[in-house]
Amino acid sequence: MTSTISTVGILGAGRVGMALARQALKAGYDVKIATAKPPTEIALMVDLLAPGATSVSADTAARDSDVVILALPLGKYRTLHPENFAGQIVIDAMNYWAPTDGTIAEFEDEASSSEVVQRFLPDARVVRSLSHIGYHELEEQALPPGDPERQALALAGNDAEARRLVAGFIDRLGYDPFDAGELAAARNFDGGTPIFGGRMRLDEMRRLLGEAPLVGEAAE
Amino acid sequence: MELGIYSFGDVQRDPATRKLGSTAEATRNLLEAIKLADEVGLDYFGIGEHHTYEMPASAAPVILAAAASVTKTIRLGSAVSVISTDDPVRIFQQFATVSALSNGRAEITAGRGSSTESFPLFGYSLNDYDELYAEKLDLLLAVNAAERVTWSGKFRPALDDALVVPRPDSGSLPIWLGTGGNPQSSVRAALLGLPISYAIIGGQAARFAPLAELYRRAAQQVQLPGASVKVSVASPGFVGDDAKAAKDMWYGHWYEIMATVGKIRGFVPPSRAHFEHEANGGGALFVGGPEEIAERIVALHRSLGHMRQFFQMDVGQVPQKDFLHAIELLGTRVKPLVDAELAANPSKPEVGND
Ligand SMILES: NC(=O)c1ccc[n+]([C@@H]2O[C@H](COP(=O)([O-])OP(=O)(O)OC[C@H]3O[C@@H](n4cnc5c(N)ncnc54)[C@H](OP(=O)(O)O)[C@@H]3O)[C@@H](O)[C@H]2O)c1
Repeated sequence: MTSTISTVGILGAGRVGMALARQALKAGYDVKIATAKPPTEIALMVDLLAPGATSVSADTAARDSDVVILALPLGKYRTLHPENFAGQIVIDAMNYWAPTDGTIAEFEDEASSSEVVQRFLPDARVVRSLSHIGYHELEEQALPPGDPERQALALAGNDAEARRLVAGFIDRLGYDPFDAGELAAARNFDGGTPIFGGRMRLDEMRRLLGEAPLVGEAAE
Repeated sequence: MELGIYSFGDVQRDPATRKLGSTAEATRNLLEAIKLADEVGLDYFGIGEHHTYEMPASAAPVILAAAASVTKTIRLGSAVSVISTDDPVRIFQQFATVSALSNGRAEITAGRGSSTESFPLFGYSLNDYDELYAEKLDLLLAVNAAERVTWSGKFRPALDDALVVPRPDSGSLPIWLGTGGNPQSSVRAALLGLPISYAIIGGQAARFAPLAELYRRAAQQVQLPGASVKVSVASPGFVGDDAKAAKDMWYGHWYEIMATVGKIRGFVPPSRAHFEHEANGGGALFVGGPEEIAERIVALHRSLGHMRQFFQMDVGQVPQKDFLHAIELLGTRVKPLVDAELAANPSKPEVGND
C-alpha cells in the first residue's frame, strides 16, 4: 500500500483537471491525466496546457497512481470502473450542482455527494477535497508554507492514513490542509457553507469548523 | 483591434425606492446603448440570451433587427445564443434576417450558456446538456453551410432537402464558438473550423493564452485557412473618467450580481480585496480610467493576440446614464489609445495571426 505519494492520476482534463495537473507538476509530482477518450485524443491539449504530464487511459490513471483525483462532471461518476479503485486513495473534487448537472435524486438526498461516490467505489479510500476552491484560484493563490496569507483547504474521509497522505499532498500544492474528519463532515465545506468559495487561513477555518469534526451540529 | 460591448439587457433600479425598473424599459435602453456604441465608433455589440427579470434580453435578434436600422457600421451579434434550447433553423433565419437588414453585419456566437433558465422554459432536460449542445451546433452549421439542408438527429424530426431562407449576401453568417475555458472546447472550435470567443470573467486574464495557443495549434493541424482562425474575448469591464471612482461605483453593481449568483450556486460572494485583485493589473475585470483600460487591453493582446475584445458594463443595475458614458469613453478615449499603441508597436506575429 502507498506510503508516500509520488504519482498523481487525474480523471478529467477539463478546467479543474488541467489546473490540478499544472499545480501538481509544479510541486514535483509525476502526473498522469485521462478522460473517457483514448489518450491520443487529448495529447495535444495536455502537451500545451500541462507540459510534463502524461496522457493515459482512464484505467491507467486510476490503477497506476499513488493518488487518483476525480475531476470529471459528477453526473458521470457511474462511468468509473470500481475495480480500478480497490485500495486506492481517491480525492473527490466533484461538486453537485443541480442547475447544470440536472436534478439527480441520489445527490439531493445525501449530505455530501462524496458519500455516494464512496458507496459506488466501496474499496477505494475516498477523501473529499479540492472541491471548495475555484479552478483558477487553485493556481493563482498557492503560497509557500509559513506565509501569513496562506489559505487552508479542507479534507474529509473515513481512512485516517489516506487523510494524512492527502494532507501532505495539499501542503505541497501550496495550501494548509485542514483535516475535518470523517467523510460525512464534507457537508461542512460543501456548497452553501461559508467555506465554499470563501478564502480563509487555517486559523479562520479552524474557528469555523472546530478542532474536532463537527458532523451533524454544523449542518443544522 | 476591434472593441465592443455586450449586455444581458439588465433592468434599472430606482436609487430612492430600490425598486427594479421594467423589462420593457430595459429593452429600450439596450437599443439606445447600441445606437451610441455605433456613433462613437465601436466595432461590435453582442446581446447575451438570458431569461431572468434582472436580465431580460431573451430575444436578441429582435433587438438587433431594430438596431440594424439605426446603426451604420457596428457589427451586431449574440453573446451568446443558448443554442442547446432553441431551434437552430430558427436561430439561423433570425440572424440571417438581421444580416439582410444590416447589410451583412450580423454574427452568431453559439454557446451553452452558463445559466440554465432556458431548459425548463422551452421543455428541455438538463440531463441532455452535452448531447443537445453537440446536435444543435451540428444543425446550425449545416443550415449555415447551404440553403438546402438534409439532416437528421435525435432531438427533432429530420430535414430532407429543406430550404432555409433568407440567405445573407455573403452566403453564410459568421458563427463563433463561445467558451468559458474548457480546453476541449478550444479543440472543438478548431476541428469545426470556427473562430473562438473566450468569456474571461474572473481570475487572471492571461491564463487563457495557452488555450488560444491550443486553439491555433489544433487549427494548424486540421489546416484551417488563416482567415477562419480568430480569437475574441468577452470580459466584464467599465470605463469612467476617474479610475478610482469608476472602481468604487462599479464594485457595488458587480457585487450585486455575484451575490445573486452565489446564492443560487452556494458560494460566498467575493470581498472588496478579491475585486481589487481582479480589477487591476492582469485581472479579468477591466474597470478603470481610459488610459489604464487601454493599457490593460494592449497587455492582454500581447499574450492572447485576440482580434476583438468586448465588455459587459451594465451588470447589476448600472444606471443607464453611466453605462452610456462608459460606452462613449470606450469609443472616444480607449479605442484611439489602443489603435495608436498597436500601430506603433504591433504584437509579435507568433501571438496569433489575426
Ligand atoms: N470549475 C471549478 O472551479 C470547480 C472547482 C472545484 C470542483 N469542481 C468540480 O470538478 C469537476 C470538473 O469540473 P470542470 O470545471 O473541470 O469541468 P469540465 O471543464 O467540463 O471538464 C470535465 C472533464 O471530465 C472529462 N470526463 C468526462 N467524463 C469522463 C469519464 N467518464 N472519465 C474520465 N473523464 C471524464 C471530460 O472529458 P471528456 O468528456 O472528453 O471525457 C473533461 O475533460 C466537476 O465535478 C466540478 O463540480 C469544479
